[in-house]
Amino acid sequence: MLKFIAARFGQGLLVLLAIYALTFMLVALTPGSPFSTERAIRPEILAQIEAFYGYDKPPLERFWTSLTNALQGEFGPSAVYANRSVTDIILEAFPVSLTLGTISLLVALFIGIPAGILAAVKRNTWLDYLPMSASMVGICLPTFVLGPILVLVFGIIFQLLPVSGWFGPDYMVLPAATLGLFYAAYFARLTRGGMLEMLNQDFIRTARAKGVPESTIIWKHCLKGGLIPAITYLGPALAGIISGSFVVETIFQIPGLGQWFVKGALNRDDFLILGLTVLFAGLIVIMNLLVDIIQVALNPRLKYDR
Amino acid sequence: MPLLDVRNLSTSFHLRSGIVRAAQNISLTLEKGETLGIVGESGSGKSVTCYSILQLIPQPPGRIESGEVLFEGRDLLKLSESEMRSIRGKRISMIFQDPMTSLNPYLRISTQLIEAIRVHDNMDEDAALKKAITALEEVGIPDAASRVRSYPHEFSGGMRQRVMIAMALVNDPDLLIADEPTTALDVTVQAQVLDIIKERQRRLGTAVILVTHDLGVVAGTCDKVQVMYAGQVVESGTTDQVFYNPQHAYTRSLQKAIPSLQAKNEALYTIAGTPPDLSKPVLGCAFYPRCPFPKVKDQDGPAPELTELSGGHCVRDCGYCDRTKPIETVLAQDVVAEETP
Amino acid sequence: MSRTADIVSATEERLSAPLAVEEFEKGSSLWDDAWHRLKRNRLAMISLFLFIAIVLFCVVGPLLSPYDGEQQDLLKGAQGPSGEHWFGTDTLGRDLMVRTMEGGRISLLVGMVATFVALMIGVVYGATAGYLGGKVDAVMMRIVDTLYALPFTIFVILLMVAFGRSLWLIFVAIGAVEWLSMARIVRAGVIGLKKQEFVEAAVSLGYSHTRIILRHLIPNVLGPVIVIATLTVPAVMLLEAFLSFLGLGVQPPNASWGVLINEGQQNMEIFPWLLMFPAFFFALTLFSLNFLGDGLRDALDPKSAKD
Repeated sequence: MLKFIAARFGQGLLVLLAIYALTFMLVALTPGSPFSTERAIRPEILAQIEAFYGYDKPPLERFWTSLTNALQGEFGPSAVYANRSVTDIILEAFPVSLTLGTISLLVALFIGIPAGILAAVKRNTWLDYLPMSASMVGICLPTFVLGPILVLVFGIIFQLLPVSGWFGPDYMVLPAATLGLFYAAYFARLTRGGMLEMLNQDFIRTARAKGVPESTIIWKHCLKGGLIPAITYLGPALAGIISGSFVVETIFQIPGLGQWFVKGALNRDDFLILGLTVLFAGLIVIMNLLVDIIQVALNPRLKYDR
Repeated sequence: MPLLDVRNLSTSFHLRSGIVRAAQNISLTLEKGETLGIVGESGSGKSVTCYSILQLIPQPPGRIESGEVLFEGRDLLKLSESEMRSIRGKRISMIFQDPMTSLNPYLRISTQLIEAIRVHDNMDEDAALKKAITALEEVGIPDAASRVRSYPHEFSGGMRQRVMIAMALVNDPDLLIADEPTTALDVTVQAQVLDIIKERQRRLGTAVILVTHDLGVVAGTCDKVQVMYAGQVVESGTTDQVFYNPQHAYTRSLQKAIPSLQAKNEALYTIAGTPPDLSKPVLGCAFYPRCPFPKVKDQDGPAPELTELSGGHCVRDCGYCDRTKPIETVLAQDVVAEETP
Repeated sequence: MSRTADIVSATEERLSAPLAVEEFEKGSSLWDDAWHRLKRNRLAMISLFLFIAIVLFCVVGPLLSPYDGEQQDLLKGAQGPSGEHWFGTDTLGRDLMVRTMEGGRISLLVGMVATFVALMIGVVYGATAGYLGGKVDAVMMRIVDTLYALPFTIFVILLMVAFGRSLWLIFVAIGAVEWLSMARIVRAGVIGLKKQEFVEAAVSLGYSHTRIILRHLIPNVLGPVIVIATLTVPAVMLLEAFLSFLGLGVQPPNASWGVLINEGQQNMEIFPWLLMFPAFFFALTLFSLNFLGDGLRDALDPKSAKD
């Protein structure tokens, strides 16, 4: 088990390194530099600026410097927001995004998984049809459609909740719902499918023949295997919540990493993009590692297959 | 009073494509400690009969239409779900065809055995574990005390079926229903598993319903036999009656199809054709299109009744074929031609 | 955001197992059967007609309208729906109905072309992995697994930043991240085919590989590929709308539904219709394509259909 975790961890580090290199390459490939603007800057000043940020050195040397710095937690200065370092920005904005992302993921899990279990157990009744229809609608309402609708209904028409900013718990409700509900719909469908597959297995018939009550059959015999599809989806869900946060933070004016990333992408802020990409990728790699471990814990057959 | 007395049990499946009458008017009786064999091809309704006794038919689409299942005089079909649960696994238990899928792969053997014990018995965890280990030892699992902690995938097929038997017998049931317990196993393991069932039966005095498609297994194991075809019992009686004096054309064909009873250098006998579609009503004798005996009249009369010949030997005698003549070799294309209306 | 993840693995498992010979020999009756099954699925048929209606609305609609999507009339800016402008006008006085139709053209175009790109990459990659087998296959599939777990939306954004924001780049960038499921399905089909004994027999009888691929591989894999492609189109449209919403996708004066939704949400407090109409059509399209994909899966792949 420890060996397995170590191997997966090593793989994760390699993936991170590859992502760092790829991102760096993409940024370096971009013609020009972040400082070439429409405004005419005197060439010698431009050269000075570029020398300050290290742009006069050959790409490989730049890559090496930036990688060693990154390993020490220093992602360089923001190229657009002068006198702020990328690390500063991350330290300031990350807690906001972390809170939003965690709440959203919890919303997704705590609505989606119970709904999926209920639908599977009561299949072909209205307790199945209702949540499943709702989840189909949910899947067709991406964040950038659901967000504005929630703002319109709860913020503008009924004026129940604040729609902009990040100043307290009531400011979190609509953003977290926007981000979480889409994935709740997904988790509900995956959980239902997983549970139904379990309920159709021969060993469920064995359990019934033993006289095991239906509730024990569901909680003890089905849940472990039935949750595996949902658990597997945790990685993609986190990736989706991160990219969804770009939209949600823009709609609700939340000062998190997502907004910074979008600003960075629109303004060609190389160091900021690089730093944030690696941070996001790191989070996803960690989540995937966790998912692998949970899967092995849930499914005894996996230990021997790998 | 017999231990089990099933009277006119009918079960059907209501599918979108129609109603499949999987078991029609099944009756059977079983005394304490007796062994009853139910023989037939796949789809003949033998498993459905067993599942109906324990009400393990998935409902819907399955539905027990009529009949009584008297267990010690009580009709199981009238019990509530929780009363039925206290019967399942305690008084009547069941083992299934495929040991590879019948054990939960996500739970340890110990968990599954202890569950079987504690569902019915208010016993503490440790005592249940001890009982589980003893049960495994009794079915011949070596080193049971440590292997009880294993997961099912760490066991071979034969070993898993032993675990299933141990689990089914751990509460000393009065009746064990074994649904083709050896079909999925290697030939060498089949005999061992049957021996274990027989040995446990002798020791505990359990009555057994053994479902199989192998007439040979029945001859060596059972006191009584029921032969099923297309959802109906076509012949029943003691093993001697059915095995040495088979009456129904289907029983005779089955017997002829046992490989070890056939002469060497002779082509292996098989019953041509396939069983009828149970979602459509059958006219006359269900076996008629595949019957290897010379036909004496057309298949348009009423369905034959199960009638007693002598001393409990019953047969659904159709009178559509002449069974005094030897079996004709029926070519597959003839069967196909007759099946098409 | 792939809607297909749960379908892929089931289909994959089934495809990579050897099938009975007769399943290959069914030929055209498979498509007849599939069409019959699809026709019986009411939801899928409604979705199909809905989707065709939306496509017609977007493609033919602008030709019939008296307005032009770029024709501004500042005097009539931001008017609500009326007899003159059915969907109302935007802040620059452009007819929203024509804008929605033209935005739909671009969104649908991106959906189709990027899916085609994904299809091409997926087929080549999957067929190569399945055909070569062994270590090459193992490495290639490990790469796919790793990519599945990556934040590819971020990569699309990086690609857009690095190479500019042309429509062509959107096709390629989105296609480049949505091919994974396709590759897995095709690989599974190839592996399943390789296991067939009668394929070996065909080879030994001197049938060419092209013939085997044309007669056996393509019919075997085509069904699942169509299903995945149908489900990839909405995923692609989602990604495009996402980029456009952030200002990283389709650039003015062109508009896609994502752009219109973004414009709409900026002004929705005062002019809610600017959000409602494009969002409605966008959601409706996703809805119909998802249901159609599900219906096609049940029709073309009856064994994979659960309950």
